[in-house]
Amino acid sequence: MLSSVVSVAFHGVAYGMILYVISVGLSVTMGLMGFINLAHGVFAMAGGYILSTAMARMGLPFPVALLVAFVAVSAASIVLERLLYSRLYTAGELSQVLFSIGLILISMAVARVVYGNLAAPVFLPDYLRGQVHVLGRDFPTYRVFLIVFSALIIIGLWFGVERTRWGAMVRAAVDNRGMAQSVGINTRLLFMTTFALGSGLAGLGGALGADILPVQWSYPFEHLVYFLIVVAVGGLGSLRGPFLAALLIGVADTACKYWIPEFGAFLIYAATIGILLWRPMGLFGVRA
Amino acid sequence: MRMQKIALAAALALSATAATAQTVKIGFITSYSGLNGNLGPYMERAVRLYLKQHENELGGVKVELLTRDDTGPNPDKARQLAQELVVRDKVNLLAGVIFTPNAMAMAPVASEAKVPFVIMNAGTSVITARSPYIVRTSFTLWQSSYPLGQWASKKFKTAYSLVSDFGPGHDSEEAFEKGFTEGGGKMLGKVRVPLQNPDWAAYMQRVKDAKPDVLKVFIPAGKTATAVMKNFSELGLDKAGIKLIGPGDITTDEELPNMGDVALGVLTVHHYSAGATRPENKAFVEAWKKEYGANETPNFVAVGAYDGAAIIVEAIKQQKGKLDPDKTMEIFKHWKNPNSPRGPIAIDPETRDIVQNEYLREVKKVGGQLANVELETVATAVKDPWKQFKK
Repeated sequence: MLSSVVSVAFHGVAYGMILYVISVGLSVTMGLMGFINLAHGVFAMAGGYILSTAMARMGLPFPVALLVAFVAVSAASIVLERLLYSRLYTAGELSQVLFSIGLILISMAVARVVYGNLAAPVFLPDYLRGQVHVLGRDFPTYRVFLIVFSALIIIGLWFGVERTRWGAMVRAAVDNRGMAQSVGINTRLLFMTTFALGSGLAGLGGALGADILPVQWSYPFEHLVYFLIVVAVGGLGSLRGPFLAALLIGVADTACKYWIPEFGAFLIYAATIGILLWRPMGLFGVRA
Repeated sequence: MRMQKIALAAALALSATAATAQTVKIGFITSYSGLNGNLGPYMERAVRLYLKQHENELGGVKVELLTRDDTGPNPDKARQLAQELVVRDKVNLLAGVIFTPNAMAMAPVASEAKVPFVIMNAGTSVITARSPYIVRTSFTLWQSSYPLGQWASKKFKTAYSLVSDFGPGHDSEEAFEKGFTEGGGKMLGKVRVPLQNPDWAAYMQRVKDAKPDVLKVFIPAGKTATAVMKNFSELGLDKAGIKLIGPGDITTDEELPNMGDVALGVLTVHHYSAGATRPENKAFVEAWKKEYGANETPNFVAVGAYDGAAIIVEAIKQQKGKLDPDKTMEIFKHWKNPNSPRGPIAIDPETRDIVQNEYLREVKKVGGQLANVELETVATAVKDPWKQFKK
């Protein structure tokens, strides 16, 4: 019994980290910047495809391919931000939703033409395969790596937003853009870099999760509901919210699937509804 | 005036003959998007390939394929599309369908409108009983999972079953259990997983802790198959001495390159593998590669649709393009093909379901590529076991 509790806790945390890793970019663009960026999955998908291409066709090692995914997606997102997103920062939510859904549809069609119908092949390096043996239980190495890596990302992000000047400027600009501008903050540049960071993280998340959530052209819609659950349950305007929400959902979902698999299918949705009824702004939301 | 009348009559006669140069319309509903949206194109490609290869046998009859996307397991959408195709486009035949729920929803449309309906994939046994106008050229899950259970009971003592929670999954679970326990095997547990399931670790851990000799999986092919395969090895079930088996959906040919070496040694029972060495299959695979590119491989969905096109072409030939629903069904019921890429096949006239061989296959490396290599024929000319047991 005890050992199965350990397993469930581990797999739950690992699943939570996968959810967090693929949603972390959205917690920046939607959570922090307040842009309803439903096209988040597009950036994640791009990251996954770049990782696959870099490894399978160009033969780059896994860590380099991850870096390439992050950098390339950030760079591409700057172009998109300048051309499209920046025009909609002040537009209503409906415009943002329609715009980002349009972007999803276009990118799905492009991905299908370029990469075909099958999922992109992703093969982990040997040192991330197999299991780590601790206290008589086996833990998949890759999931251990994901937990550590995501923990580092959340610490870095939290430090950046809560403890640095850049973080303070972002928070100020999101709360009141006009005032921030008038005290001399270059909000245009600030939003551009923050958006690039969010998109880059999305790309990184898509790449990191690609072994578990296969990257295929339908990716942006398929996982949209998970991205949104994590951010909505966590609460907008908060960074630790989505992190804790992902953990909570991951552990609850895994526990339910392990012990009472008959209900495994809908627990995640029931929990979401319950939490949102109880706290409509999410666990740590500062704005609805 | 007279001249005009003659001209008019001649024009009418001409247009009448133009109309008798028949067009057969096929309402083709499959999945181009959603879960397994990658499988729809295999189906369409297979049908188009067969029609192209046999164009000159049609005696000038034109075959028009009206393709529609049912967007995955989406019965309401499939039914609506079928109604539109029948009522508005006046199709002579319905065909296609990846998913069982969609086929079930379309069955009443076929019955009411008397439109013969060729099922080219969806594999739940009961489907063909839902309408006298349904014929199936693909497979049933019972056909593969029951012999799989029988075979496994000779090699293993205990088993665990993991299936996707929908019609074919339930069939596969039941069929395997029957075959396995009849042979003296013991089921340690069964678990049903939602169709769309992002993480498999919890289920795999459950199986691992139960320590069965063998884990039998059914999932609806596609990338889910790859996800299952990766999780199986990631959680170390292989190292714990658990063998992975299932119907061929879990090692579907087109996903093998994505699975990589973790798929090596997986044993499956299925009616088709692209790696089969019989000459009809080699010709089929070669034609496929020639038409669609050297890196493309047909799969079990493709072969179901290829033979589905064959049965349709036969009905068109025999009736010279003027399809009568009941005559068409008669032709379907007595159709046989000793030389399908998957070996000899026929339609069982009583149930309108496919009769075919089932092969035991193992994933091996052939010339550097992973392939499902057929080891032996575990069951010959199998009629759907579920319908046999129900009699």
